[in-house]
Amino acid sequence: MNLEDLKGKANDIRIDIVKMVAEAGSGHPGGSLSSAEVLCALYFGGVLEHDPSDPKAAGRDRFVLSKGHAAPVLYATLAEAGYFPVEELATLRKLHSRLQGHPDCRKLPGVEASTGSLGQGLSIASGMACGLRLNGEDSTVFTLMGDGECQEGQVWEAAMFAAHRSLDNLVAIVDHNHLQIDGAVEDVCSLESLSAKFEAFGWQVFVCDGNDMEAVVSTLEAAKASRGGKPKAVIAETTKGKGVSFMEGQAGWHGKAPNAEQTEQAIDELTDKEAMHG
Amino acid sequence: MANEKKATRAAYGETLVELVNEGLDVVAVEADLSGSTTTKKLGDAYPDRLFNVGIAEQDMVGVAAGLALTGHVAFTGSFAVFGTGRVYDQIRNTVCYANLDVKIAPTHAGVSVGPDGGSHQMVEDIALMRALPNMRVLVPADYAAAKAAIKLAAETPGPVYVRMGRASVPCVYDADATFEIGRAHVLRDGSDVTIVACGVEIDEALKAAEMLAEKGISAEVIDMFSIKPLDEERLLESVRKTGCVVTAEEHSVIGGLGSAVAETLCDSYPAPLVRVGMQDCFGTSGEMAELMREFSLDAQAIVEAAEAAMAKKQA
Repeated sequence: MNLEDLKGKANDIRIDIVKMVAEAGSGHPGGSLSSAEVLCALYFGGVLEHDPSDPKAAGRDRFVLSKGHAAPVLYATLAEAGYFPVEELATLRKLHSRLQGHPDCRKLPGVEASTGSLGQGLSIASGMACGLRLNGEDSTVFTLMGDGECQEGQVWEAAMFAAHRSLDNLVAIVDHNHLQIDGAVEDVCSLESLSAKFEAFGWQVFVCDGNDMEAVVSTLEAAKASRGGKPKAVIAETTKGKGVSFMEGQAGWHGKAPNAEQTEQAIDELTDKEAMHG
Repeated sequence: MANEKKATRAAYGETLVELVNEGLDVVAVEADLSGSTTTKKLGDAYPDRLFNVGIAEQDMVGVAAGLALTGHVAFTGSFAVFGTGRVYDQIRNTVCYANLDVKIAPTHAGVSVGPDGGSHQMVEDIALMRALPNMRVLVPADYAAAKAAIKLAAETPGPVYVRMGRASVPCVYDADATFEIGRAHVLRDGSDVTIVACGVEIDEALKAAEMLAEKGISAEVIDMFSIKPLDEERLLESVRKTGCVVTAEEHSVIGGLGSAVAETLCDSYPAPLVRVGMQDCFGTSGEMAELMREFSLDAQAIVEAAEAAMAKKQA
């Protein structure tokens, strides 16, 4: 997919996110919208080796959504990629839906691990990286964490372990949107410097504009390709609520559904952008 | 065999090695206690199959989940207090919710840990693990039972909890005894009272049955090796015969074997029940034998409980 098509696809994903959260009446739009480029680059930008027609294909790369509350961006991406019908997105959070409030790998094809309790995805991804290596498989494991999530101690247990084990088949992406439920990450409990922390833990660190599609694709490709004995961290600098003017940079849109009027405005804004990308 | 003593944990590492030798894709994740739990034996035989994460129990469970998701049968180690309580959320949300092939098999459960004291004597683990959907709970009474429990855990899809201890305990079973998940063993036939025990309490229960016999009381002793699923059939068959029950566990009377038996009796065959166990309290430092007396977990306590249960039956 060329760059313009990728941008268009990221926009489609954003429209899906807004629609599905509005339909559900609850959910997490902010951190879903901030990571649309990352998911789009992985699944449509040629970064992640995967096959929607064979979700358990041998030799596939793995993606673990550690920030499980951003389920809408994962579901929208998987549906757009063909893992299940796009129409099914309307069942988000509803009784008997495969699209649970947080990802359930037993229900939905393409979901590699059940997540939702923060701080666990990096450990799971590290275990997968070890397991694949033990299998003699060369695949890469990606995980996406929130920045607020990095306040969980388990993240740093896993960071230590992954470096100790030289898991260079592991890429941890941090959606660095600088906001968490209670406000700015730096006000709630300071994280900086996130890059320096990962470097100090023995990781190779990449930083990019996480809402710039070209930068995201090239950075993720570079991170995947680097096999220098270190696990790789990609700090994706993003804007929470990206693409919807009234949600951008607002902690209040972490876990709230837009009303009918807000939904219409959001979709209008995103549709205008869609026209831009053809 | 009769006088031999061995810790249940002694079966752990060597059984994992045997399973790999037999062709099973077994791995273990440990949190700096590989010598104590004996998972080190797996690492010695197969260095690439033991993952020591250091003193990081949360990561231990997550790494085990990742290994399971890439096709391996993953055991976790550590002590029961850390390997269940400290990582309850990891076991709940990452392992059980996804029904992964992760086997929670820590050692050093119960007050039989001894001098390390109450901080390290885990007496709520059965309650915690039993409450989790998809989890099976096995409590081996001796070395042979522990070997069987590890094998059953490895061969059974999904999460299994195996509770092992630090202390050397008498061998009750022959090496060729067969075990199943969901199956209890009647170790002694009796007609006046049913004693249902697990783990180190099996030895105390068998001693209690002898003491009761001297008083002319015939006690049936059941080893409830599988606490979840509970062997309701064998339990009820015995209670229909004896009419009263004593449970014995080195675990809290809240949520463990006693509670599981009480639930079954209430549902199917109400009968007098007296629960021997930790009476809603923490343990303390001391030698195992001292602690068994201190907390009324020994054979004498079971005898008294049996007499109390029988008195209720007659009332």
